[in-house]
Amino acid sequence: MTKYDAIVIGAGHNGLISATYLAKAGKRVLVLDGRATAGGCASTKAFSSGFHVSDCAQWLHQFDNNIIKELNLEMHGLRLGQPKRTLALQATGDHLVINGDSVKGGEISPADKKAFKHYKSQMRVFAKLMLKLYRKRAPKMVEANRGDQVTLLSLGLGLKMMGRKNMQDMMRLVLINIYDVMNEHFDHEGLKAAIALDAITGTNMGPRSPNTVFTYIHRMVGEALGNQGVTQVMGGMGSLGGALLSTAKTQGVEVRLDSNVSKIVKTDDRVTGVALASGEVIEATVVVSSADPTTTYRDLLGYRHIEAGQARRVEQYRTRSGTGKLHIALSALPHFDGVAPEDLSQRLVIAPSMDAMETGLNPMKYHELTTQHVFDISIPTLEDPTLAPAGQHLLTALVHYVPYALKTSWEGAREELLESLISQLEAYAPGIRTLIVASEVRVPEDFETSHGVTGGNWHHGELSIDQALMMRPFPGSTQYKGSVEGLYLCGAGSHPGGSLMGLAGKNAAQEILKQGVLK
Amino acid sequence: MSDVERKTMLLTTPFHSRVEQYCESNDWGAWQGYTTPNSYFDVELEYFAIRSTAGVLDLSPMNKYRITGPDAESFLNRLVTRNVSKIGIDRVGYAVWCNDAGELMDDGTIFHLGENDYRLCSYMRADDWLDWNALGFDVRVTNETDDIAALAIQGPVSCTILTLIGCEGLSALKPFGIARFDFEGVEMMVSRTGFTGDLGYEVWIDPSKAEALWDQLFDKGRDYLIKPMGSDALHLARVEAGFLQAKVDFVPAEIAVRPGRTRTPLEMGLAWQVDFSKPLFNGRQALLKQESEGLRYRFVLLDVEGNKPAEHSFILKNGKQVGIVTSAAWCPTAKSNLAFAQVEMPHGAVGDTLVAEIYYQRELQWTRLMAPCKVIDGPLFNPPRKRQTPAPAH
Repeated sequence: MTKYDAIVIGAGHNGLISATYLAKAGKRVLVLDGRATAGGCASTKAFSSGFHVSDCAQWLHQFDNNIIKELNLEMHGLRLGQPKRTLALQATGDHLVINGDSVKGGEISPADKKAFKHYKSQMRVFAKLMLKLYRKRAPKMVEANRGDQVTLLSLGLGLKMMGRKNMQDMMRLVLINIYDVMNEHFDHEGLKAAIALDAITGTNMGPRSPNTVFTYIHRMVGEALGNQGVTQVMGGMGSLGGALLSTAKTQGVEVRLDSNVSKIVKTDDRVTGVALASGEVIEATVVVSSADPTTTYRDLLGYRHIEAGQARRVEQYRTRSGTGKLHIALSALPHFDGVAPEDLSQRLVIAPSMDAMETGLNPMKYHELTTQHVFDISIPTLEDPTLAPAGQHLLTALVHYVPYALKTSWEGAREELLESLISQLEAYAPGIRTLIVASEVRVPEDFETSHGVTGGNWHHGELSIDQALMMRPFPGSTQYKGSVEGLYLCGAGSHPGGSLMGLAGKNAAQEILKQGVLK
Repeated sequence: MSDVERKTMLLTTPFHSRVEQYCESNDWGAWQGYTTPNSYFDVELEYFAIRSTAGVLDLSPMNKYRITGPDAESFLNRLVTRNVSKIGIDRVGYAVWCNDAGELMDDGTIFHLGENDYRLCSYMRADDWLDWNALGFDVRVTNETDDIAALAIQGPVSCTILTLIGCEGLSALKPFGIARFDFEGVEMMVSRTGFTGDLGYEVWIDPSKAEALWDQLFDKGRDYLIKPMGSDALHLARVEAGFLQAKVDFVPAEIAVRPGRTRTPLEMGLAWQVDFSKPLFNGRQALLKQESEGLRYRFVLLDVEGNKPAEHSFILKNGKQVGIVTSAAWCPTAKSNLAFAQVEMPHGAVGDTLVAEIYYQRELQWTRLMAPCKVIDGPLFNPPRKRQTPAPAH
């Protein structure tokens, strides 16, 4: 029987990155995925006739540029669009334009402009420090070994080097909410909301939820990694998956798609391989799961095969997302009041105020639909016409807040939600309804079904400080090492967490290699 | 005063009307939420009833969980450190369990009542922990503490008295065996188990028959000098027999607050309970790690010189404190001054000599005694009748 050094479960970006780094180190690696295409949440699907939509993630803003270089992703076909400005749409039609550290339009005051520069530069300091932690395994505090001690020391030194003011601010801010911080810094409601959006994207939190400064800094790590704003991937997000697949294969990784792992096989007290839905059993020295922790432990390994305290941790791990997705195929370029047609290629944000966002969150807490959504819109066809038939366009939007579970069922509610979203869009883009060729809304539950992420959460578990860093995903399963011998985690459920970043996958591979478990 | 109804925060057991009537000393204590006598009339006499005739203890407050379903055995095997598969049907096994960190949570007994049917008796309430443990298993866990009345009848004539109330053929029951009898039309389960290290049984019955059972036992047992016994007499007997008591000899992990106060089974002399050949049980990884890295503490039985119980004593080696005593008593039958202690490694190997720093008070005057003591390898009280089958008749 063939035995692999490592089997990676899931051909998502982290799974492929982990596999490729292991293969580069000379290991024999097999990647298995139940879907027909590689890339996981970096995916593109055919939509209506002749349209291709990034059906999960739509923006790249946190991807580690080192990984792009080290894995030659550009040579393997990855092409990124231009960095985008953010247009925060205002009801007046006089929109705010955020470009890097500068903001203009929307009757923004000079004081707010200045405050924004200062705010961004301070956040960048925090993000740079955070990045130090993100590039390697998160150090354990109590049982820290020498490697961990070095990380802690460098972290402590980094904190000190920031200067007294920054250090005090970071300690003060990291646990509080973005709502208070925005009010400390700015007057412009639209600006506050546009920034707050970056803090809550992909989470189950509102601007007033504690921990939302932490999630904001997490997002800012993208800038510390060298990204300016968001970019789109040419050919759709699936092209990132395609490039990763190609580089993996070049490095000798064996990838089997349409091969659904049904079980992680445990023999005596260690993981020894996986079983496929077909019944085939494949053995490996280690199994590296890029599936989320809940899927890995509850569904693939099974609670009865781990210690009860770990089962409790998994069960208590928070995974619900509040983010849905809107896809619209359009017969022509839509009109947005106050936006020049060429600017429609930028990132368009509808978030009138933080209070409106918080109000939008409230019904979700009670498993109901809101009528006041927050939109993060991309019209990718201006920069990349290949995604639609000639002259036609595509609009995709990340939509908050869409509950994972509804009090009633989703039966019929998707249509209600879709209608509500389109009418809300119409307020900013009059006439857009008449251009619609096809439309669909995807709720968190749909991502769970199509992409296998528990709770529809693209972070593979809420990114809150109690589930982050040395606590990610939970004690007993940190530092990429699963709670059973031979099992490792390399997905967004492990440090440093989610969005298309790739660090979890890379760090995991490095950790496995460093531990010398593979001959 | 007399027309004021006396209310208590504590629950009463199904035997309460009789217990109250027999409790001449009116000396009550709390046992995990239930009111039970510390003593009935005289601790020493109650103790001597256990060793010479028969002592009866109301053990209804013992937490009882019924575990049923196709996965009952695998559920228990993941829960406890020992191999449950070795407990045959109609047999009882001692067991301890840990959390994932290998910290001792509790000890208790597992009754194998039938195919896929077990009862777990624990000192601590374990509802929450058992529920978490049930995740992923096809098993049903029910707290049946209040659905079953239980009495322990311990001592040389216990078998004789139980036979008189209708347990025909009980003497053939082996230690840790289970037998069932009819008692006034309901099933009465008898197990040859106990917490005294003596010949003895525990009787399990529907609460509606509790008072009738008590009455029959004391009626038929009167000529055999049956006596009720309280917690204090039980304490003497269990120390003499070398049995651990949760919350006294170790801090159950779920209620430990201070770091470092919990102990692992390996540190409590319970390595014989830990079956590493099982591929999985709660705490296995942590215990394997501890086994390879070394223990912090060792649980020891000490034979202390003199007759002053070494209660709450420091244990010294060459003048330096190396341990503490958790339970101690002058044991009348073994005629020895026994103490249970936790000592820091590497001290406490069998034969090691240590010093107990004993403080005792006589008429307000405290006296400090430095009593030499010796680590022994097992309890000094271990009568043949404990194991004899058939049980000796009287």
